[in-house]
Amino acid sequence: MTVNPAPNSFRNGPDEQGRFGIFGGRFVAETLMPLILDLEKAYAEAKVDPAFRTELDGYLKHYVGRPSPLYFAERMTAHVLALAEAKGGTGGAKIYFKRDELNHTGAHKVNNVTGQILLAMRMGKKRIIAETGAGQHGVATATLCARFGLQCVVYMGAVDVERQKPNVFRMKMLGAEVIPVQSGTRTLKDAMNEALRDWVTNVADTFYCIGTAAGPHPYPMMVRDFQSVIGHETRAQMQEAEGRLPDSLIASIGGGSNAIGLFHPFLDDPSVKIWGVEAAGHGVESGQHAASLAGGRPGVLHGNRTYLLMNGDGQITDAHSISAGLDYPGIGPEHAWLHQMGRIDYISATDTEALEAFQLCSKLEGIIPALEPSHALAKVVQLAPDLPRDHLMVVNLCGRGDKDIFTVAEHLGGM
Amino acid sequence: MTTRLAIRFAACAAEGRAALVTFVTAGDPDHATAQAILHALPGAGADIIELGVPFTDPMADGIPIQLAGQRALKGGQTLRKTLAMVRDFRKVDAATPIVLMGYYNPIYVYGVDVFLKDALEAGIDGLIMVDLPPEEDAELCLPALKAGLNFVRLATPTTDDKRLPKVLQNTSGFVYYVSMTGITGGVIASYDAVGEAVARIKAHTNLPVAVGFGVKTAADAAAIAKGADGVVVGSALVEKVRLSLDGAGKATPATVPAVTDLVSELARGVRSVRKAA
Ligand SMILES: Cc1ncc(COP(=O)(O)O)c(C=O)c1O
Repeated sequence: MTVNPAPNSFRNGPDEQGRFGIFGGRFVAETLMPLILDLEKAYAEAKVDPAFRTELDGYLKHYVGRPSPLYFAERMTAHVLALAEAKGGTGGAKIYFKRDELNHTGAHKVNNVTGQILLAMRMGKKRIIAETGAGQHGVATATLCARFGLQCVVYMGAVDVERQKPNVFRMKMLGAEVIPVQSGTRTLKDAMNEALRDWVTNVADTFYCIGTAAGPHPYPMMVRDFQSVIGHETRAQMQEAEGRLPDSLIASIGGGSNAIGLFHPFLDDPSVKIWGVEAAGHGVESGQHAASLAGGRPGVLHGNRTYLLMNGDGQITDAHSISAGLDYPGIGPEHAWLHQMGRIDYISATDTEALEAFQLCSKLEGIIPALEPSHALAKVVQLAPDLPRDHLMVVNLCGRGDKDIFTVAEHLGGM
Repeated sequence: MTTRLAIRFAACAAEGRAALVTFVTAGDPDHATAQAILHALPGAGADIIELGVPFTDPMADGIPIQLAGQRALKGGQTLRKTLAMVRDFRKVDAATPIVLMGYYNPIYVYGVDVFLKDALEAGIDGLIMVDLPPEEDAELCLPALKAGLNFVRLATPTTDDKRLPKVLQNTSGFVYYVSMTGITGGVIASYDAVGEAVARIKAHTNLPVAVGFGVKTAADAAAIAKGADGVVVGSALVEKVRLSLDGAGKATPATVPAVTDLVSELARGVRSVRKAA
């Protein structure tokens, strides 16, 4: 969907008001407004402070385990080549995995959390709150809080507490308090509501560590910046491996943090084709999905204007995805804008497609992916056979599947 | 133009007392009962009515108002029906100010310009939007003021002297001081602190200042009424609705009186404090 002339750069957002085009903004209660202005100021200072950068890089290297490898997925590549040949084609792109599932705590979430926790300490905050869906962001937050001796409270929808039990246990082991949220639909959006209610109540000592590239300004920008380490590394690593830029990037989208982290450094390289993959649940036409761009409209929730799943009265409707991490009725505002500008192609994968890709990747590469990146892998298998053989495609393998084995086992009828 | 809100606050001040501002959720527990409650509020002693617009994700509300919104939505309440409630109310009451309180999304989706036109036609006097701080004034505040609606802003304990002018700049009707850092239905820690905050705000504006969040009883109302021009009660009223429902969550003959009885008590509390007119 290209409706507007291309700007000079896709990488200059947001503006002073925290807007990406019409999206983003600061739609929060007055009580929180001074807090997000403080955060904006503290982040702006930290961003240009070389000491902060050095400290962050140090923890990313020695604690998180960065850089994550850019891995040539040889058997996956052979598989798509065979698929191409089977239909008489001559294509079959070369597939690379950006291995963020190898990070400490098992997903990309920790990149952002490390940045936010160092910032929280810089601001003198001692109590950290977070929302979590799949539990990966909660685990990453609990981990960094343990590491730095901070109090940690994680809000998690009661439904997600049930379906992501291993992560609930991990958070508790790490000393975090996990509060099951019983309000609304008892999933990620309600966990976010509850975290905001906590923040508005405990304004003096509390830092809200948001887990995706959404929420009021400056969160979408800040989370993007912290996650951009993924894209920056990919650029350098691809240069080293192939001597050039990749031809395409693909990543799954819940709120959009792993995706924007990979994409952002490449937005101004027109030769790089970019796909974002939303969760289509039982199919976008079924109404039971989490694809806010495909099935939603612009609205205002959780501090920002973005595409949302809602009814005609502006009431937010339930999202559905087999993946708790994608089960959110919105999307980060920068993605909403990039969608409107036509820079990124947003597509979607169903629960069934993701489950198939989950198994395929496990068997072909010996890597059990999380259900979230399985959505991206599902589209790799569909897109790559029609791309030329010298096409270099990078998929963000943003999480490992340990947390999902019970869900998958249930769907596949036991182990 | 003298607005209903200005007239009502002036009338209360002339009586030497604070105004009682009552919050109920539109459509709670069902459209007809909510309409009956709305009609009964002025007679029970409400000076100003805040009508809550139900929203699935009320981020600044505690459990009582969350549940009230859920009951209303389950009963099929929409913004359109909420406007219709006010239209019906205006057929019998032309004087009691009604302010819609809620979150921006339902209005944004309705369409700001159409909404403002319909709201004025329905007889709504003002808007309180929890998630529209001054930084987002261009969205709804400025168009609403231009259309002739009051835009009532929330000031909070985190709004310091430096920020207060920004908050007051485009505020009209009255200033709503949030008594605590927290969500609706919380507990007020210190009446003294609230009194000081009200005095601080009054030093910056001639608008009436009403205080809400955490006022539950006639005694609370009286304590707040000493310094404030208005006392807002919400959670306690929607709790009365909830407690009056039958096992299936349906309204009973006790529902409307449960609300009006508490309103009468609160009205006595507010009137127990006399101030210089
Ligand atoms: C592994 C993994 N990938 C993706 C997501 C979705 O979030 P985002 O779109 O912000 O990357 C999650 C969220 O929990 C996750 O755990």
